[in-house]
Amino acid sequence: MSDAVRSGQVVLLVGTRKGVFLLHADAARNGWTLEGPHCLGHLAYHVVLDPRDTRALLVAAKTGHLGPTVFRSTDLGKSWQEATGPPAFPKAPEGESGRVVEHVFWLTPGLPEEPDVWYAGTSPPALFRSEDAGNTWAPISGWNDHPNWGLWTEDGADGTPGGSLLHSINIDPRDPQHLYIGLSGGGVFESTDGGGDWRPLNAGCEANFNPVPEPEFGHDPHCLRLHPLAPDVLWQQNHCGIYRLERPAERWERVGDNMPRDVGDIGFPIELHPRDADTAWVFPMDGSDVWPRTSPDGKPAAYVTRDAGRSWQRKDAGLPREHAWLTVLRQSMAVDAHDPVGVYFGTTTGQVWASRDEGDTWTCIADNLPHVFSVEVAELEP
Amino acid sequence: MRVSIPTPLLSYTQAPLVDAQGGTVAELLVDLDRRYPGIRFRMIDEQDDIRPHVKIFINRERIVGLDEHLAPDDEVQILQALSGG
Repeated sequence: MSDAVRSGQVVLLVGTRKGVFLLHADAARNGWTLEGPHCLGHLAYHVVLDPRDTRALLVAAKTGHLGPTVFRSTDLGKSWQEATGPPAFPKAPEGESGRVVEHVFWLTPGLPEEPDVWYAGTSPPALFRSEDAGNTWAPISGWNDHPNWGLWTEDGADGTPGGSLLHSINIDPRDPQHLYIGLSGGGVFESTDGGGDWRPLNAGCEANFNPVPEPEFGHDPHCLRLHPLAPDVLWQQNHCGIYRLERPAERWERVGDNMPRDVGDIGFPIELHPRDADTAWVFPMDGSDVWPRTSPDGKPAAYVTRDAGRSWQRKDAGLPREHAWLTVLRQSMAVDAHDPVGVYFGTTTGQVWASRDEGDTWTCIADNLPHVFSVEVAELEP
Repeated sequence: MRVSIPTPLLSYTQAPLVDAQGGTVAELLVDLDRRYPGIRFRMIDEQDDIRPHVKIFINRERIVGLDEHLAPDDEVQILQALSGG
């Protein structure tokens, strides 16, 4: 991973409940052109560019009541192919019941030294790996068949309304064998042997839906991010707040306690500055009483910290001042690597918003799209 | 034999009626997947169960398992229910 400022063209990859849309920026990241839909009618949970070749796109997809799959493009969306071997569990022995992948939810490309490797997280919460650029996928048995899988995941039933999810697959850029994953629900887990074995990593995180004061697992990390240039620094937007961890420490610190009390520190996404491990953006939502999960008081805002969570600043210039009940899901916020950093988010009401000045001002760059599941940045070569 | 394909799967076959062969439904689906790669997994999960909302009929009678036998002149219909918005 380079720490260089990027200057190439930015394309936003927008996964929605009805397909994939691409938003192409001009050189100043000022004007935006909407392209699509691609894969119209398919649920596109996550759309990710291969940063190693900057041409290949992968889509974690499902289609109505049809089975899950992965769509691939090697020409930035001009043409699409379906994976010949999508993520699937092994067939159970005769007479035994087996697990079934309900949908593919998350995609993470491997490190630059593993050019065709991808990881996929699914519902139920299982982990798969491809070594041929996403065409065929194999289960990572060390996780999927771990003796504690049923305990940690409540047999894959302890999930969100959309199912129990494995998300936030993070790879230590110093060591491709060192992996972190997030489970909703289940918690954060770490492997140091390429997925062969796993351990929970949740100390310090609240789980106020669990009667055990400090459970070892069973938490709900909504989004987990490892800083690419400071890979000992982990951040998470959890169901119960915003947390930061600097390894080798094992105990998360709740830095969300420093958010304004009337806003709180509940949300889905968290995004990190590509060159500063102390800077992060979140998009708070209402986590009071029955959890509306909309912008608190109908007044949407991003919040940024530039001092590792000791203080947070509200960033709402350009966003609606009232009556805007937005929900931004865990994959629906993204940053580019320009200077200043571009920050982007998509809403379940079909809008995409952009800031080319690190959140200081926001512009709506797409509206009337389907329910947005994910927004990712594709940085093309200059 | 002739196999009727539901609209959500036409992207694989490009036609609502196609030919495929097999002595059982399981064999027929393997043949369909050989001719139209990927189509089987959208209908049949990795445990060889027919996915919810997918229904397979032989001569207009619904079958629930893949080991049903087929005769060369049987008519096979694959239907897919749509629901939700």
